[in-house]
Amino acid sequence: MHPILATVLQRLGLGLLTLFLVSIIIFSAIEFLPGDFTEAVLGQSATEETVAAFRRELGLDQPAYVRYIDWIGSVAQGDLGQSFSGRASSGIDRSRSVAELIAPRLSNTLFLAGMTAIVAVPLALILGVTAALWRGGIYDRVVNAVTLSTISMPEFLVAYLLILFLATLNPIFPSLADVTSATPFWERVTKCALPCLTLTLVIVAHMMRMTRAAIINLLASPYIEMARLKGLKPSTVILRHALPNAWAPIANVVAFNLAYLVVGVVVVEVVFVYPGVGQLMVDAVTSRDIPVVQACALIFAGTYILLNLTADIVSIATNPRLLHPR
Amino acid sequence: MADDLLLDMRDVVIDGFSDERWHPIVRGVSLTLRRGEVLGLIGESGAGKSTLGLAAMGFARPGCRLTSGRIVFDGIDLMTASETKRQALRGSRIAYVAQSAAAAFNPAHRLIDQTVEATLAHGLRPEAEAVEDAKALYAAMKLPEPNTIGFRYPHQVSGGQLQRAMTAMAMSARPDLIIFDEPTTALDVTTQVNVLAAMKEAVERFDTAAIYITHDLAVVAQMADRIKVLRHGREIEEAETAEMLARPKDPYTRSLWAVRSIEKPARAASEPILEIAGVTAAYGSKPVLHDVTIRVPKGRTIAVVGESGSGKSTTARVVTGLLPPIEGTVRFDGAGLPPALKGRSKEQLRRIQMIYQMADTAMNPRHRVSEIIGRPLTFYRGLKGRAREEEVTRLLKLIELDESFADRLPGELSGGQKQRICIARALAAEPDLVICDEVTSALDQVVQEGILKLLMRLQEELGVTYIFITHDIATVRAIADEIVVMHQGRVVEQGPKDDILSPPHPDYTALLLASVPTMEPGWLEGAVIRQSALHAPD
Amino acid sequence: MTDAPETYSALDEVAQPRVRRSRLQKAWIALKGAPLTAWFGMIVIAIYMVVALLAPLIAPYGEADSSFGAYLPWGDGHVFGTDQIGRDIFSRLIYGARNTIGIAVVTTLLAFLVGGGLGLAAAISRGWVDQFLARAIDVLMAIPSLIFALMLLSIFGSSVWSLVVIIALLDSTRVFRLTRAVAMNVAVMEYVEAARLRGEGLGWVMRREILPNIMPPLVAEFGLRFCFVFLTIAALSFLGVGIQPPTADWGSMVRENASLIQFAQYDLKAGITPLLPAGAIALLTIAVNFVVDWFLIKTSGLRDEV
Repeated sequence: MHPILATVLQRLGLGLLTLFLVSIIIFSAIEFLPGDFTEAVLGQSATEETVAAFRRELGLDQPAYVRYIDWIGSVAQGDLGQSFSGRASSGIDRSRSVAELIAPRLSNTLFLAGMTAIVAVPLALILGVTAALWRGGIYDRVVNAVTLSTISMPEFLVAYLLILFLATLNPIFPSLADVTSATPFWERVTKCALPCLTLTLVIVAHMMRMTRAAIINLLASPYIEMARLKGLKPSTVILRHALPNAWAPIANVVAFNLAYLVVGVVVVEVVFVYPGVGQLMVDAVTSRDIPVVQACALIFAGTYILLNLTADIVSIATNPRLLHPR
Repeated sequence: MADDLLLDMRDVVIDGFSDERWHPIVRGVSLTLRRGEVLGLIGESGAGKSTLGLAAMGFARPGCRLTSGRIVFDGIDLMTASETKRQALRGSRIAYVAQSAAAAFNPAHRLIDQTVEATLAHGLRPEAEAVEDAKALYAAMKLPEPNTIGFRYPHQVSGGQLQRAMTAMAMSARPDLIIFDEPTTALDVTTQVNVLAAMKEAVERFDTAAIYITHDLAVVAQMADRIKVLRHGREIEEAETAEMLARPKDPYTRSLWAVRSIEKPARAASEPILEIAGVTAAYGSKPVLHDVTIRVPKGRTIAVVGESGSGKSTTARVVTGLLPPIEGTVRFDGAGLPPALKGRSKEQLRRIQMIYQMADTAMNPRHRVSEIIGRPLTFYRGLKGRAREEEVTRLLKLIELDESFADRLPGELSGGQKQRICIARALAAEPDLVICDEVTSALDQVVQEGILKLLMRLQEELGVTYIFITHDIATVRAIADEIVVMHQGRVVEQGPKDDILSPPHPDYTALLLASVPTMEPGWLEGAVIRQSALHAPD
Repeated sequence: MTDAPETYSALDEVAQPRVRRSRLQKAWIALKGAPLTAWFGMIVIAIYMVVALLAPLIAPYGEADSSFGAYLPWGDGHVFGTDQIGRDIFSRLIYGARNTIGIAVVTTLLAFLVGGGLGLAAAISRGWVDQFLARAIDVLMAIPSLIFALMLLSIFGSSVWSLVVIIALLDSTRVFRLTRAVAMNVAVMEYVEAARLRGEGLGWVMRREILPNIMPPLVAEFGLRFCFVFLTIAALSFLGVGIQPPTADWGSMVRENASLIQFAQYDLKAGITPLLPAGAIALLTIAVNFVVDWFLIKTSGLRDEV
C-alpha cells in the first residue's frame, strides 16, 4: 500500500476513535445529573408514575453500556432523542424531537460560518503573507498591534461596537439577524452582515498572526537561502521554493481558525439573536435540557474533529517524504 | 597578473544585528583570488568565515549587513551594484555549496530540477542540454547511477551523495567561482574522503576558482592553494599552503596545530577496573550494541574510537546504567554492577562519573559554579558550609581556576572554563572511573590542548581511569594508552595504542585510519586509492 | 587576542564580560528598556489591581444596592447612571473588577496547579503514565472548550465554584500540554541526566533542575491563559450561564444593559453604557497581552537579564 494511503487511513481511524471517545464523554453527561433532576424537568407536582415513566423512557433502569449503544445507534440514524422541555408533571408529553429542533438552526449556523469563512480565510492569508514578507516594516507593526488588540477583545464587545457604529448611529445594517426559513437569500446576507463582520474581525486577527509566523518560519529554511543564492527572482523563490512546502502549515492555520469560528459563533448568535445552533445550545443549558445540549455538543465536537482531520490529511498529502517514498 | 584577478575584497566590514544593536562580525578583511585558484578560509566558530564567504556573492544573511569596504568581482563592484545585477551573478558566475546538503535541497523538488535550475533561470543553456550535462556532472562526481539518480528526491539519497549532487548543482552553470561553506563537516570521516576528492577533481577540471571554508586544518591543506587564517572577524595571516604548514608565523596559527603536538608514550596495561562482557543493548526494538566486550585497565586511558552510529556513546550509557543491556554483564572493581541506574548504590554511582561533549548543556544554566561543584560534595561526601566552600575552592585550583569563579553562572564562562567546571564536578565525587564523551570536540584547538593536558595531569596526580570516547584520531594519539575501535555496534579490535595504530589492521580500522586527513601534500589522492581497496561507503 | 599557546591560561580565557547586579537593579534595567506598550500594560494592570483590592473603599454605593430609580442618566450622583433595577453602574463596575478578575485569577491558578503538576510529572516519568495522560488530554481537547464548559454547566449548574472548577479543569489541558512540552525539552538536557546519574531523587530533579529553567515560558503562559480564562468566563456570564446575579460581574453587566445600545442615537451616553464593562474587559486583556509580548521577547533574547 502506498504510504500516503496508509497514513491517511491511520489518521481516519484515529479520528473515528477520538469521535467515539468524545461521544462517550458526551453521553456520560446524563450520568452525572443529580438525582432530583426529574423534578426539575417535570415540575414538583409530578406523580410517581410520571417520574417512573420518564425514567423508563431515559432507560435509567438499564445498565449504562446498553443505553450508550441504544443512544449512539439512534444518533447514527439521525434520531437525537426527545427534548426535555414541553413535558408536564401530569405526564402529558408535548416535547419535540431534538433533530426537528436542530435541523433548521444547523443550516442557519452553517450559512453564517460559511459566509464568514469565504470572507475571512483569503483576507487573513493575504494579510499574513504580506506581513511576513515585509516584516519589521511599518505595515507589519501596524497590522501586528491592531490584531493583538482585536484578539484581546471579547467577541461581544466587537459585536456591540459594530452595532453601535453601523446599526444604531449610522443605520447601514440591521442590528438583529432574525432570519427565518422564508427569508430570501440577499436579505439573509444583509441581515448576516454584522454577525459575519464580527466573526471575520476576530478570526482574521488570529489567523493572520499564525500565517505570518508560519511563513517567517518557512522563509528561514536553508533551502530558501540556497534558492536566493542561485540568483532566482524573489517571486520564483516564493512560488517555486516556499509555496510547495507551505501547504501543511497553512492548512493547519486554516483548520485551527475554522474550529475557533465554530466556538465564536455561539456568542455572536446570542448578540444578534440569530436562530442558530449556538443560541439553541445556550437556551438549552439555561433550561438544562440535556438531550439538546448533548446533541449540540456532539455536532460542535464532530465539526472540530473533522476540521483538524482535514488539516492533517492535507499535511500528509503534500509531504514530499510521503509522496515519494524511498 | 592583474588580468586574471577574479575577486578583490578590500577592508570588508560586516555587521550583525542582535540585542537591539549592530555588532561587527567581520572587521575589515581583505582578500584576493585569481582565476582557477583555491583559497582556504580557516578559523574557529565565530571567526566570521561563512559571513565573509557569502559576502563574496554580495549577499548578507537576514540580520546582517555589508557595512563598508569594496567587493569587486571581475570588474563589477558588488557593494554598489543593483540587486538585479547581483542576482544575475549568483548561480551563474558565483555558486554556493552549503554545509548541510540535506537542509539546502528543497524537499519538494527532484535533484535534477534543482541542479539545472540556476542554469535555466539565467538562460545559459537549453533545458535538454543542461539535463544531459547534469548527468555528466553526476558521473564526474562519482554518484552511483548518474543517469537516473537525478530523478530522485533529496530524502531518497544519502548525505554523502547529496553533498556531491550539490557540488554538481554548483558546477552546472560553469561558474567562475564557487564558495564551499564547510561542505564536509556534517559527514563521517570515511565518507568525507571521496566527497573531498570529487570536489577537488571537479574544481581542477573546470579550472574554477573556489573559496573553501572550514575549521579543519588538514582538510584545507588538501584542498587549497593558499590559506587565510581568520579569528574574531580579523585576518591573522595568509600564505601559500606549503609555506603556511611548514612555517606558520602567528602564535595563534601555531596553536591550531596544538593537539597534534601532544605525544604521550602508552603505558603498559594494569589489572582491569571495569569489564564489559558480551553486552547487547537496544533502544526499544532497535539493536545498537552487539556482543560488546571491553576491558578497562585501572589508572589508564582507554580511547573508544568510531564514527556516528558505531555505538561508542551507547556503550557509555550501558556503563552508567542509563541503558540496561539485554544481555551481558558489566563488572566494576571485581564486583558485578547492577544493570539499571535504580539498582545501584550511592557508592557505586559515586565511583563512576561522566563528562559530556557539550559543557553548555551539561550544566544547569541557573545554578552557580559553587552549587554545580558543591552539590556532589554534599550529596556523596556530606560536606556543608565552610568545609564545602573550602573544598570547592580547592577543586577550582585543581582545574587551574580560582575561587572568584564560585559565584559565576555557566553563561558567564568561556567554553573551556565550562568544560573545566564539568571536570571539577566529576572530580568532586572522588571517582575511580571517569567517562569522557567527546569532551574536546566542541572546543577550539588551543582550548582542546589545555583540557587534554589538564586531564592527563589529573590522572597522574589522582590515579583515575578514563574511558575517552572520541572520533578524532589526533586526540587518541595524544592521550590514549589503549584503543577500542567500534563499528556499527561491534568492537572491531582492542589493544595497546601502538599495536592498533600500526599495521597490520583489520579492514575497518585500516579504512578509518586511512580516512583521517593529514596535512601531508598529496594525501587526498593517495587516500582515495587506498580507500577503493577497502570498500568505503558513499 | 593573540595569546601564545605557551602562555595560555584558562583563567584569562575570554568569557562574556559581566557586571554583577542585584535582582532589583536587573529589574530596573529591564524596565527602563521596556517599550511604551509594555509600560502602558503594566500601568493598566496596576490600576486594575488597586481597584480590585480596594473596591469597597472606592465604590460610592453597595454592590447590590438597588435603592435608586431604574435607568437614571449619567451624572447626578451616579457617574454612569443606574441599571434596569436601579443599581449604580459605576459602583458595580468597581465591584466587578474584584469579582471578575478574582475569579479568573483563582481559576488560572487552579488550572496551573493541576495542568502544570501533571505536565511536569508526565515529562519526567515518561512511560505509560505520560502516554496515558497525553492521549486522554488529546481526547478532551477534541471538544471545543466553550462547548464543553456549556455542557458541564448544564449538568452541574452555574454556581461560582462549579464555574471555577470546570473552567480550570478544561484549561488545565492546555497548561498540561505546554508544561509537558517545555519540561520535556529540559528533561533531555545533559544536566538533568547528570543529576540522575548522581542519584538525585525525582523531587530534587523537578524542583532544582527543571522548574527554574521552565519558569519564563510558564510565566508568559500564565498571562495568556489568564486572558483566555478571563474572556471565557466573561463570555459565559454574558450568555447568562456564568456568574449569576446579584454578584456584579462585567460579562453579565453587558448582558443586563445590552438593550440600552438601541437608544444611542437619542442619548449617546446611555448607548455606550453596556460597552463600559466590555471595554473594561478588553483593556485588561490588551494590557496583559502587551506585557506578555514584551516578556517573551525579553526572555527569548536576553536570557541573562531576566
